Amino acid sequence: MDTIVRIPAALRTLTGGADEVTAAGATVGDVIEDLDKRHPGLKDRLLDEKGVRRFINIYVGEEDVRFTGGLATELKAGDQLSIIPAIAGG
Amino acid sequence: MSGWLRARRIESVVEAVGDTPLLRLRNVTKRASDVPVYAKLEFENPGGSVKDRAALRMIQDAQKDGRLTRDKILIDSTSGNTGVAYSLFGAALGIKVRLVMPSNVSKARKDIARAFGTEIVYSDPLEGSDGAIRLAKKIVDEDPGRYFYPDQYANPSNPLAHYHGTGPEILRDLGDRITHFVAGLGTSGTMMGTARRLKEHHRAIRCVAVEPDSALHGLEGLKHMASSLVPPIYDPRAHDEVFPVSTEDGWDMADRVAREEGLHVGHSSGANLFAAVRIAEELQAEGKPGCVVGIVCDRGDRYFSPLRWEKKYVW
Ligand SMILES: Cc1ncc(COP(=O)(O)O)c(C=O)c1O
Repeated sequence: MDTIVRIPAALRTLTGGADEVTAAGATVGDVIEDLDKRHPGLKDRLLDEKGVRRFINIYVGEEDVRFTGGLATELKAGDQLSIIPAIAGG
Repeated sequence: MSGWLRARRIESVVEAVGDTPLLRLRNVTKRASDVPVYAKLEFENPGGSVKDRAALRMIQDAQKDGRLTRDKILIDSTSGNTGVAYSLFGAALGIKVRLVMPSNVSKARKDIARAFGTEIVYSDPLEGSDGAIRLAKKIVDEDPGRYFYPDQYANPSNPLAHYHGTGPEILRDLGDRITHFVAGLGTSGTMMGTARRLKEHHRAIRCVAVEPDSALHGLEGLKHMASSLVPPIYDPRAHDEVFPVSTEDGWDMADRVAREEGLHVGHSSGANLFAAVRIAEELQAEGKPGCVVGIVCDRGDRYFSPLRWEKKYVW
């Protein structure tokens, strides 16, 4: 199952400039693994050894995955994943 | 205050800008005991940040040459501190203010700006601060006569505020002792203006620009130049060195100076002080004399209130 993933401007060098890409997986963690295969380096930007980096938020629809089971959060058909920097920058 | 009283009765909030203290750090610098490290406390400005200097100068210069008149609305893109500063001076000087910011700016920032009567326009959080810049330009282009657009990234008054303020204050307070100056790059106004003044000093002062070590980072206020719209006021020749700092190192230093120095600062200040202390430690290890000044841009409590995306959990 392919999930649409929205990529923030700061990471688009890793996706060839694309603001939306697709990746497959049953959970958020699986999708990130697959994302990293398609766009090497992405996983390292998003996760550290403890999980999602402190200054990055990952959303399934409107829900922050921190409250829905983290990387184990299961995805349904049609779910959209957004990677949102915790800060606005500049 | 040592034995004398300083009169500080002022007529307008704009007179409270600048002349900030330099505080010597004593505890996070244990491994550099012979190399003093000073923090320049920009949170002492009335709007609580270093950006008061630039905002005030951009407003005053534009009032002087007629770009900003009573009938115009001041509009700019800002993720926070500059917006607070515009809002504060706008209220004090009778100027209407409209700000463009990404919607993931912390609630505290929005609330402070609104408290002064400012109107906020939101840009896409995924586009970051560059998205806010583009949206502000678009709004201005649709009705240019209606707005005064200071464009802090391109406005020479921004670095000039530091050339005439921050730089001379540091030289007045430390004279020939300072050997290194450390500041992060956002619009780069602080570094451009201060470095230009320090470079005119008769003794060499090394200027070190702090930058986040990657494009996606948590050092609010700072820009990763390689992946950003480069500000027209930025000239990499103005500083001697770029010092990349990770989000984790910046955040950890912000925690340390709170606990060990009683100084609760924002994350960009944590990054600046991390670099300043590291430079002092290196000088100490090499047995070289030195004196390092780092900019403290704002207070940590500006980052307390949960971000919209994080309101359901505690840090
Ligand atoms: C918290 C914070 N730190 C650092 C900076 C960077 O300062 P400058 O824009 O002068 O480079 C800013 C300004 O945007 C800021 O708000």
